[in-house]
Amino acid sequence: MEESHGGDRTRSLLCSICNQRRPALKRPKTLQQICRECFYVVFEEEIHRVIVDNKLFKRGERIAIGASGGKDSTVLAYVMSELNRRHNYGLDLFLLSVDEGITGYRDDSLETVKRNEVQYGLPLKVVSYKDLYGWTMDEIVKMIGLKNNCTFCGVFRRQALDRGAALLKVDKLATGHNADDISETVLLNILRGDIARLSRCTSIITGEDGPIPRCKPFKYTYEKEIKLDYFSTECIYSPNAYRGFAREFIKDLERIRPRAILDIIKSGEDFRIATSTKMPEQGTCQRCGYISSQKWCKACVLLEGLNRGLPKLGIGRTRGVTGERQKDDQQIGVKNLQSKACGSLDF
Amino acid sequence: MACNGTGCQSGCYKDGTGDQDENSSTENKLAADANGVDKHRRHRMTCLKCKAVEATIFTGGDGGGRFCADCFRSNLYGKFKLAVTSNAMISPIDKVLVAFSGGTSSRVALQFVSEMQLKAQKNYDATANRDRSLPVFGVGVAFIDESEIHPVTSAVLDKAVEDIKQIVCSLPPPTKELHVAPISRIYSTKTSDGKQMLQNLMNSVGDATGKDDLLAHLRMLSLQKIAVENGYAKLVIGSCTSRIACHVLAATVKGQGYSLAADIQYADARWEVPVVLPLRDCPLQELNILCSLDSLKIVEIFNEPGAGINGLISSFVKILQEENPSRECTMVRTAGKLTPFPFNRIPEANVDDADLVSQRRQKKFNLKPIESLPPESFCPICNSPMSCYSNPELKPELFRAACCPSCQYQILPDESSSMYQFYSLLPESIIARAKNGNQKWIREKIQDCLLLDEEDEV
Repeated sequence: MEESHGGDRTRSLLCSICNQRRPALKRPKTLQQICRECFYVVFEEEIHRVIVDNKLFKRGERIAIGASGGKDSTVLAYVMSELNRRHNYGLDLFLLSVDEGITGYRDDSLETVKRNEVQYGLPLKVVSYKDLYGWTMDEIVKMIGLKNNCTFCGVFRRQALDRGAALLKVDKLATGHNADDISETVLLNILRGDIARLSRCTSIITGEDGPIPRCKPFKYTYEKEIKLDYFSTECIYSPNAYRGFAREFIKDLERIRPRAILDIIKSGEDFRIATSTKMPEQGTCQRCGYISSQKWCKACVLLEGLNRGLPKLGIGRTRGVTGERQKDDQQIGVKNLQSKACGSLDF
Repeated sequence: MACNGTGCQSGCYKDGTGDQDENSSTENKLAADANGVDKHRRHRMTCLKCKAVEATIFTGGDGGGRFCADCFRSNLYGKFKLAVTSNAMISPIDKVLVAFSGGTSSRVALQFVSEMQLKAQKNYDATANRDRSLPVFGVGVAFIDESEIHPVTSAVLDKAVEDIKQIVCSLPPPTKELHVAPISRIYSTKTSDGKQMLQNLMNSVGDATGKDDLLAHLRMLSLQKIAVENGYAKLVIGSCTSRIACHVLAATVKGQGYSLAADIQYADARWEVPVVLPLRDCPLQELNILCSLDSLKIVEIFNEPGAGINGLISSFVKILQEENPSRECTMVRTAGKLTPFPFNRIPEANVDDADLVSQRRQKKFNLKPIESLPPESFCPICNSPMSCYSNPELKPELFRAACCPSCQYQILPDESSSMYQFYSLLPESIIARAKNGNQKWIREKIQDCLLLDEEDEV
């Protein structure tokens, strides 16, 4: 459609970077035709620049890599360990996984993470829902059915990651969120009218005021480029979670204009949002001590419901019960819009 | 507003469908009425506003609106009127130009502006013998003929223009002047072949979305030119909520997050003749209902669906709107929270004696001063404010650097060798904007601080 911008369909004879080897692929981000060797070089160099330019890490820090066994986090684990060695970042890296307790799905991906542990020589910590909350996702689904189970999973996972990171005594948590994920979040925040989240969803480091900041080294990395090393598993409880309106829209956009993904992120960074736009005030949960804007954190409300046999507690519009607002990045009620409703692949 | 942030979607949606289900079962309702059993249900069927007449129009939007025809009309007109009065869009001494494409939104804008003028005229007639009466604002209509870019047969064009004349004639009095201008009129009369230059300019843009956007910018230039030449004080554009929602996404996708806030406010005084959007709060669906309700004639010409990314976005927003009837409103409201620019308000008129009465009568309760610094510069092509310092000096050779990144990518040629050719095809107004547009803005900003010669004498 828009062929004036590098959409040349004829195959060039030589890689447009090294001008020596035959090109093996068309780079999704730029549509340059390049060879495999050059792809790895530019891919890793770009992430190195993002890490350095944004000062994501400091020498001597302990960093946990959120590892789901999905493609994004697997590639993140590889690139981080590689760059740490190559550029001598001086970081102590760890893998951190959450075991939701979904038979046939998480046990497979945990195998992948264990392979990564050996491959890259990174110590692995697995925290399980069973240990933290006393329930596995299998048991939760047995009780509440397939509706709303993504809510439990999403709320529990976010907290589980923080607890795991605290156990590892790390300074920061790196997650595999890629450019597609972030541009999708920008759009969703516009669609759902959330100006406060819109103002911070493109930040490469979040939660710096909290105990464990999170960062996204893949902020400018296209999912398609990560996928070139593709393997994936899909959550059995929400197999279509990956088919959100917004994600399909972004894929369509990318087809017409690959740079649209980066343009959305740029828009997100440039929006003129008054600094007076505030997030809900942060307190701590009176029950478990986790950060919460309410008396109890979301996980405790959901857990209370489960334990009392009232699983609807804390689901959907909760104004009546606790006046609670959804605090997690994963929102309830827009699953049909959002792709990774249950975050099945990545953290 | 029913829709407020996160948890609303399911609720609003259910409300909407629930209403329709109920309304479809008219037989049930009649039975219930006859028995006098289901009072509550009957109550649910009456018009939300007057609560007296049975609702026949279901807007589905905020709160699952249902109205009788009269209330629907007055509700929609009310949104228009509130936008006009609270943003000082039209003052009694103004002559306003309504941009009319022939489509639904601008048709309603034209209708509402005429109704407002008629009311002002009636007031004037009633109080004409008293000296405190307000003058009646003037209305003109502009139609831009884009046949040089979207070729149509002359028969089709003549028919369309004839229909438009009919529409303008059939509007309530006083009579309104109609300006029909080909889009190539943006080239000055000195240019012998504006049409050819325009076509060459459009053909030099390879990107489908860029072409579409360039045409929109040129259309705005044409309207501005008509407005300036004929002494109009405001340009009324009929952009409705749905259209603005699409623009919010389009600007985001094109990396124009910084300038987006400038485009979606009620008023936009970046232009020589300030632009106002009185239908900003009216969804297209409601405008369509009004057009069929009042048999307002629509002229289908040059209304092609957007190309490239713009087309993709329109269909995406349409799906979203079907899934949740408040979605467009939510999007516009979200983007409306972005900090506007200082030019996003109608500049205060020079206060002279004749004006005082009208000044006093205006309700400007919404006009808080916008406290933000003026942007550094404006893109000469799309007139977007830019935050960057990318253009320290403006010379023709540096035209590319003066443009915003989005226009650089989707409108300007890739090759620098083609740049001179492209530059030579641009209408004078764009070149002028590149050369001195920015200085003008800065001078306006510091005007208060400049000491004038007259003040010396005092």
